[in-house]
Order: sequence, then structure tokens, then C-alpha cells
Amino acid sequence: MRQLDTALGLGAIRGPIGRIVKIVLYVLVVFVFAGPLLALLVSAFGRVTDPTRLSLIPHDLTLDNFRAAFDQGVLRYLANSLIVVGGGLLLQIAVSVSAAYALARKRFPGVRIVMLLILSTMMLPEEILAIPLSLVLADVPVIHVNLVGSLAGMIVPVGAWAFAILVMTEFMRDVPIELEEAARIDGAGDVRIFWSVILPVCRPALGVLGIFGFTMIWDQYILPLLVAQDSHQFTLALALRSLRADEQVGTGVLIASALLALLPSVVVFLALQRQFMRGLTSGAIKG
Amino acid sequence: MTAAPVREGAATAAGPARGRRQERAQRRARRERRARRGWRGRRARWAGHASAWLWLVPALILFAVFKFVPMARAISMSFKEVRPYLGDRWVGLDNYRAILGDDAFRAAAGHTVVLAVGETVGSIVVGLLLALLLEGTARHLWFVRTAVFLPTVTAMAVVAALWRVIYYPAPDGALNSVLGWVGLGPGQYLDSPHTSLWSVMAVGIWRGAPYDMMIFIAGLAGVDRTLYEAAAADGAGPLRRLWHVAFPAMRPVFTIVVTLAAIRGLRVFTEIFLLTNGGPNGSTEVVMTLVYKLGLERNELGIASAGSMLLLVATIVLTLLVQLLRRRGDQK
Repeated sequence: MRQLDTALGLGAIRGPIGRIVKIVLYVLVVFVFAGPLLALLVSAFGRVTDPTRLSLIPHDLTLDNFRAAFDQGVLRYLANSLIVVGGGLLLQIAVSVSAAYALARKRFPGVRIVMLLILSTMMLPEEILAIPLSLVLADVPVIHVNLVGSLAGMIVPVGAWAFAILVMTEFMRDVPIELEEAARIDGAGDVRIFWSVILPVCRPALGVLGIFGFTMIWDQYILPLLVAQDSHQFTLALALRSLRADEQVGTGVLIASALLALLPSVVVFLALQRQFMRGLTSGAIKG
Repeated sequence: MTAAPVREGAATAAGPARGRRQERAQRRARRERRARRGWRGRRARWAGHASAWLWLVPALILFAVFKFVPMARAISMSFKEVRPYLGDRWVGLDNYRAILGDDAFRAAAGHTVVLAVGETVGSIVVGLLLALLLEGTARHLWFVRTAVFLPTVTAMAVVAALWRVIYYPAPDGALNSVLGWVGLGPGQYLDSPHTSLWSVMAVGIWRGAPYDMMIFIAGLAGVDRTLYEAAAADGAGPLRRLWHVAFPAMRPVFTIVVTLAAIRGLRVFTEIFLLTNGGPNGSTEVVMTLVYKLGLERNELGIASAGSMLLLVATIVLTLLVQLLRRRGDQK
């Protein structure tokens, strides 16, 4: 008998009927969950005459939908999205890595309180902060800058993400102290140690931050909604709503734009899938 | 505090690492005690503290400006009548009274609870079924899992645009065509007040279930295989193995999934905003979309803040409740 390696032992089911049932179930599951996304891909390249139909079978391949979408300025929205995700991700990683270094490798009075304060924001859904956040964005305390109407307003706030700090801190705690001590004996300062000892060791955790940060920023909707004043600052996510509301714009354009908003996240996910699963299962899970 | 169950769960996996960590901490403490003696040590210590804070400055500034200041503003606004240029006026609990007395808010709260419970239970049941079906190390299973997981990494804006097309209420709309194959009649989905909330819920489950699936699969992977064999040798069938071996071992995983899904459900905003914007006829209005409209469209900032605060309190109470139930469960 085969070893029981799953709860139901489905892998041990042999015989033609069992196999067929399993395959039917797999196909059904893929159809339900991936089918709509596949239909989006196929339909974006099809001639959408009927505004209601999605199709899974390609026919009449054309780039017309994309051409029409580019006429609507979709490339600009795509560029905005990429700027926001690039800038936001860089800031988020820089801030989190630096904070994690202090929290994981230094002992100072207040370290626990700081950690607790940062972690407490994980219970604070951003939706709840939306309205006061819009006031803060219009007039940032102390420096009195107005971030509304600029892409910076969508970039800077995503730098504060407790999840990223938590993941990085947990990882840095496990870096052997001997590495750091050896570098210190060689005369390296904090910055040097951080840059050439700690960071290289933390590369796997950086992958986790990268994929989770990308997905989180790409999924942002409320923040761009609060910040954008006109279509010049629209990200793709925001544009999808106004394209839909515009009677002049056909379903083909909407589908092509939705595909453009879908592809980067899918590509990044498939490329960094291992890190993604590690982040999901290593413990800290919070969107 | 949401992180607490998660971190406890991780600790069992990181057992050997913990010993190493303790050893390191002891060594560090010894070194520090040595350094604390004498004037030189003290100065070095202060320099060390200062440099630690320097590393934290960027994070502290961003968290203060974009998390704590808005939080403080929300709390203070919820007790005030917010009047631009005239200065705010303290009104005590009036905002809370106003929002709790508002029929629209009560209806929205009801919809939010229905949606949160439905999406939580639906995602967990579907996610668990998926996990049981797709658990394993075979290559084709990995492929199916990856395909099934895609909705979760798709941005909500794309999901909403896509499902608006799928739900198109004409008889030849995408979903109606598929249902037509198996002889089910056309539905109105998002466009009818009777089905709109359920249609939104289905989208939430579609996007949430694969996420739960992955966590369940991770939990199932942690179950001791020899227990399955032992149970099978004692004549237990697959269902009994599931109930008596796999589920008890996955208790912490269930707690995590329930907590996360419930919080995700209560704060729901984007999917409603994009799928129905509360319509038709307010049948899908939830707390956050109502608060958004109150605050940013009708400029009732005080009342809107009171609504947000009530939702926050509900979230915190729910989190603590799950923790409490879990503690009690563990003591048994």
C-alpha cells in the first residue's frame, strides 16, 4: 500500500473511475478560479462586438482593444501605477529594513514600546483611517505640505507598513551575532555592518518583502482615490472605474485595461512564488 | 494583536532557532553588563542608544504622520462638529447618537455583518475543500494550486471590473450563458436588490477562498503523517481521519484564518465601492461605504468619524473575543 501522505489520501486513489473524478474536479476548480482571468486575457485580444461576452476560445485576434485603450490615455495610467509601485516599494523596503535593524540588533530602552506601537497598527484597517488621512494628506503636520494631487501622496504613506517591519525583524534576529562581532573587530561601523553583513544575509526576506509589498501597493485603491484630483494622477486601478462609467468607451477597452492592470501582479507572483508561499506560511500573515 | 496567534504558531516551527536565540541574548546581556561599568561604558551606551533611534527615525516619522496622527484626528473628530474655517465645536456623544439613530447606518451595519459572516464562513468552507482536494506534492497539484491562487494576487479593481462583466444581467451575459448550459435561468445579480448582496459575497469568497486554502495546506503539511497511518491501521476511514487527526492538529490555523477573514469582512470597502457603490436601493451599503459618503461627499466629518470608530471598536472586540475563546479552548 502507498504511504498516506495527505489527510484524505486522495493520491492513493487509483483505477480509471477515481482518476476521472479527480481530473473532472481539477478542471472544474481551475475553471471557476482561473477561468475568469483567462477569459480576460483571451477577450482582450478578441474583437468584442458584444459588450457582454467573455470568451475562453480565441478567435479574430486583434490589437484593436489596446490601440483604443492607448487612445484613452491608458499608457499614462500604467506609467503612474508603475511609478507608484516602484517608489512605494523602494521606500517601504528602505524604511522597514532600517527599522528592523534597530529593533532586532540593538538593545535600548523603549524597544518594546516601539515594537508594540508598530504592531498595533496592524489592527488598524486603513479603510477606517481614510477620512482623517485625507485631511493629513492635504496638510502634512509640521511641514505643511499638500500631497493631494501628486503621485508622492500615493507613495509616501505606503512606507509605513508594520507587516514588512515584523517580517524583517524576525528574520534579522536569527542572523548569528558572530558575523556582526567579526565585522566589528575588523573596524566596521554600524552602517558598514548593516550594508555588507546583515543585508546580504537577509536576501530571502527581502524577496518576501518585495512580493508582498508589490501585491499590497498594486492593490491600493483608497489611497489613490483620496489623493488623485484629476485623471493626470490616475493609477490603472482608478482608471478602470472611470472607463467603465464612460459611455463612449466600449467593453473592449475596459477589458484590455483590466488585463494591463492584471499582468504585472501575475508576472511578479509567478516569478517570486516561492518567496510568496514562504511569507504566507512562515507565520506572519496580514494584508 | 492579530499577529499574536500567528507568531505563536510560528514558534513551534522555529523551535531549534529559539534556543539559539536565547543563548545569543544571554551573551549579549553579559557583554552589556561589562560595558555598563565605568564612565566610558556609559558614554558608549548612550551613543549606542542614539544610533538605534537614528535607524528608527524614518519609520517613526511615517508611522506618526500616516497612522497615529490620523488615528488621533479620527478620535477627536468623532466628538466634534467639524466646521472648516470656523473652528471645531465639541459636541460630546452627539455624533455617536446621530449615527446610531440613523436607519441607513443600522441597515449598513446589518449588511456588513451578513457580508462578513458569509464571506468568512464561505471562504473557510471552500478553502478547506480546496485544500483537501489539492494537498500533496505532485507536480500537477502544484499547477492547479497556482492557477486557483491567482484571484488572490489580482488587484481588487481588476476583480471588480471583471465581475461586473461576468455578472452582466442580460440573458447572454457571461455567467448567465454558463448557467444556461446546465439549465439555470438568467439572474440579475448585482442589479437586483434581492441578489446584490449575495453576488458581492460570492466575489469575496472567490477571492478569499484560495488565500484560506494556502494557509490550510500549510497547516495540513504540519500534521504528523504517522498519525494518519496509525488511524488507518485502526480502521479509521478518510472522514474520521480528518475529524479526529487532522482537524485537532489544525486548531491554531483555524483561529488565524477566522480572525483574519472576519476583520477583512468588517472593513470591506473597495469591492462594494466598485461593484455596486451601495446600490441598488442601498441593498449593499456597508459601514465603510456609508462613512465614505458621509465624510467625503456630504462633509459630515464628525459623524463619519464616529461611524469609523464604532467599526474599529467592533474589530478590536472581535479580535479579543477570538483570542479569549481560543485560550479557553486550549485549557480544556
